[in-house]
Amino acid sequence: MRLLTHNMLSCNVKGVTNGFPLIIQADKVLEKPAELNHDFLRNMFYKVDWKALVDAAKSMGYSELPESAEASMLESLDFLNRFHHALMELHLEEGALICPETGRKFPVDKGIPNMLLHEDEV
Amino acid sequence: MASRPELLAPPEIFYDDTEARKYTSSSRIIDIQSKLSERALELLALPDDGIPRLLLDIGCGSGLSGETLSENGHVWIGLDISQSMLNVALEREVEGDLLLGDMGQGLGLRSGVLDGAISISAVQWLCNADKSSHEPRLRLKAFFGSLYRCLARGARAVFQVYPENIAQRELILSSAMRAGFAGGVVVDYPHSSKSRKEYLVLTCGPPSLSTSVPNGKGEDGENSTDESSGDEENQTVSISDRHRPRKKQKVNKKGKGREWVMKKKEQMRKKGNVVPPDSKYTARKRKSRF
Repeated sequence: MRLLTHNMLSCNVKGVTNGFPLIIQADKVLEKPAELNHDFLRNMFYKVDWKALVDAAKSMGYSELPESAEASMLESLDFLNRFHHALMELHLEEGALICPETGRKFPVDKGIPNMLLHEDEV
Repeated sequence: MASRPELLAPPEIFYDDTEARKYTSSSRIIDIQSKLSERALELLALPDDGIPRLLLDIGCGSGLSGETLSENGHVWIGLDISQSMLNVALEREVEGDLLLGDMGQGLGLRSGVLDGAISISAVQWLCNADKSSHEPRLRLKAFFGSLYRCLARGARAVFQVYPENIAQRELILSSAMRAGFAGGVVVDYPHSSKSRKEYLVLTCGPPSLSTSVPNGKGEDGENSTDESSGDEENQTVSISDRHRPRKKQKVNKKGKGREWVMKKKEQMRKKGNVVPPDSKYTARKRKSRF
């Protein structure tokens, strides 16, 4: 699972008001090279929750993202490269996602988070 | 279509390891799936500027539909309930991210992040109650409600569906409309029982020019765009939009009245049922304090 997906995911358990961002418990992280597309990154920049991305990247062992970002930084190639690496190339292979409110664990197995809810959580 | 898998078992059980492999190794299914997803992508009508979009593939299975999205350069996230199908997708090294989840439980995604969503032959599964806790109406509501939230304003969602009957189609459509979507059904090849395909084209946000429903494909594979041709037989688009008049309520405020009650009581007596005797209180309205 890429951090792009992590940045979109939130906890869906009934009664949770703010299930975002999910805390990452990383047991195994993979890096898979992906094609860099500047236009896509520029579009995604406005949708990504920056703080969540920085925190997520840190918990995956990548801490070269600036703490805060502005749209003007999209001009910098260096910034785009880092953004791309964090968003598209870091994969959470094994571990878990933890709801910040309830502490509910969603296990991640072979890169696939199990977001299935129990019957009493719907 | 000889059999309907959704009548046999719940999706997470029906698509076990053998079925998942069978599904993905059949070249016929692969061909159909990729054609369906290509058409769905076309109906999604994303702006043609070469910028990759973030799409959601609901019921992605082994990633056959996702492959079409990747080929067109888009970034996608796939959701499926069957672990076996996702395992096959992993083996096939699909480019999108995969999630194990149940669409009937609602999508756990942030609001307004998706540029579009497609779903190939999946939504009709929601019409089945596979567990005692399942209520199709509520599951459809949860699904469409959460999808509406995650889509960006003006974004589209295209679902290829195989509704079992008219009631199912109505159920799916009305749930979508209730969630706030505008749009309708596009039917490709309406006169062929085999290649007939239905697509639900939904737009997020208020109705505008972009929410008009595109035309379906005719028998010859061409768009039948000319409405004024007078060829009513070949009209391929059936539109049911959210602004259609609601069914008028028959009962007026007064209720049925004494006459009607007396008639019914008489009928019941003739049948031999025990019916309370008529009195001055028969069919009288209760006082408001009740």
